[in-house]
Amino acid sequence: MKILVPIAKVPDTTSKITFTENNTKFNPDGVTFIMNPTDEWYALVRAIELKEKQGGEVVVIHVGRADSEQVIRKALAIGADKAVRVDADPTDAYFVASQIAAHAKAENYDLIITGKETIDYNSFEVGGMVAELLDLPAVSLVQKLDVENGVANMKRDIEGGTETVEVKLPLVVGAQKDLAEARIPNMKGIMAARTKPLTVSPAVDADKLTTIISYAVPQKAKECKYVSPDNVAELVKLLHEEAKVI
Amino acid sequence: MAVLSFVEVADGKIKKASVEAAYYGSKVAEGLGTDSLALVLGTISADELATLGQVGIKKVLHANDARFNNFDSKLYTKAIAEAANNAGANVVVLSFSNNGKLLAPRLSVRLKAGYVPGAVELPAFNGNAAVVKKNVFSGKASAQYQVSTEKKVISVNPNSLSPVRNTNTAAVEAFTATVTDADITTTVKSVDKITGTIPLSEAEIVVSAGRGLKGPENWGMIEELAREMGAATACSRPVADVDWRPHHEHVGQTGLTIRPNLYIAIGISGAIQHLAGVNGSKVIVVINTDAEAPFFKAADYGIVGDAFQVVPKLIEEYKKFKAAH
Repeated sequence: MKILVPIAKVPDTTSKITFTENNTKFNPDGVTFIMNPTDEWYALVRAIELKEKQGGEVVVIHVGRADSEQVIRKALAIGADKAVRVDADPTDAYFVASQIAAHAKAENYDLIITGKETIDYNSFEVGGMVAELLDLPAVSLVQKLDVENGVANMKRDIEGGTETVEVKLPLVVGAQKDLAEARIPNMKGIMAARTKPLTVSPAVDADKLTTIISYAVPQKAKECKYVSPDNVAELVKLLHEEAKVI
Repeated sequence: MAVLSFVEVADGKIKKASVEAAYYGSKVAEGLGTDSLALVLGTISADELATLGQVGIKKVLHANDARFNNFDSKLYTKAIAEAANNAGANVVVLSFSNNGKLLAPRLSVRLKAGYVPGAVELPAFNGNAAVVKKNVFSGKASAQYQVSTEKKVISVNPNSLSPVRNTNTAAVEAFTATVTDADITTTVKSVDKITGTIPLSEAEIVVSAGRGLKGPENWGMIEELAREMGAATACSRPVADVDWRPHHEHVGQTGLTIRPNLYIAIGISGAIQHLAGVNGSKVIVVINTDAEAPFFKAADYGIVGDAFQVVPKLIEEYKKFKAAH
């Protein structure tokens, strides 16, 4: 089975988020970048597990510049077989999805597994766009994925429960928590990653459909109003009369 | 020109998040001086469809075709795009729900439309360009997205705006999507609904608890408080990881993101990963023994105290409040 895992590079969860140029540009200074957690922990690891069981190949693809190499090598250290870096700035989701689709079109993957969302723009976009560009079925928010006889059996989240579905390969899967257990690269993996193939390819032409024109950081932390544990009635009163939420 | 809102159905009822999306679509149509239409796929009663008029929908296009009763992103995308094209829709609005999160980007590609995922406010139009606000970096910032394409797709973050209802009823018109059985890609094998509780994503009040509760046997009072308040229950990640609570209750960066009107956090310290899932809540109440818990910095109201003493009192006071109102 041939599996493609698109990986994104995002600011570490604990990063302080700031902007420059009159709040129009994200400020990367002092930010630690990591592989997007749902891509790494769930999409990539489940792809590797499926390959270990059934044979095949796991390819990671990343749209970004040379400074993304560390993130790509980590994916190889965890167990991907080879990597493709599309040498371009990931300007918007449609541009990124177009790059991934252009690569996938020529390669006939059985599965494309993405993380459900990236933790920078929280947009849940790339998987669905890739599926539509390739005219493939897609299932997202998947917490269980098995493949047998060319059919993927998946459990996905619905509002207030879960749904078990079957879809014939090839398809695009959006991975979330519980799909796999995160793996920490071991020394052998780290050594092997140094020599695994990493192909750099130019970007294909694609439109940019959205532009972020400005950012804002919420006003300083809320002022917490404290209520005495001996006067819980006061809390109920405040929630009703002041906050008007009950 | 028209604005088309895609409305989801669950168990024969319009989903709450879709009512919000339809309201959002109507407000956009009002701003543009154009028609507000809705599209509904699958089996549902005509009476239920007509209620969309209450949030400003003039006409509902209804594909009364049982093949749509199971969600299939490819099939749905084809049908919604067809309806949007037939209606000459220049804006398509969906809910940023589990299904909408997958449908909207597909539609964006199919309609060659710029897409804003998870809008939290109505768009501002500047000529043909729409500017829409959404939250980014897990709620640590917001961004203004500009879309200049002729067609636009917007998905609306649940609980972002409260629909104002009128007494109108919507006209219902049959819509036949040109889909064939070959377009169906997904077979639903089973559905597992958690019954007897309010789905977390739809709840207006959420009572959540964490490690401060000391053990799964102590959740009785949390469930009782939730029941009294008509709230859903949630939990922090460590508690779900040790199986004190089911995983579907886990809110936070790797779990669910929710935006209720009221979030009550009991015995949760408020790690940044947890806050990422709840900081869109309108009002946050924190109850914790540790006055230094970081959660208090994100709270509107706080009680520094022992949950085992405060929660029973809160149940009692809420009962009194309910009896009096």
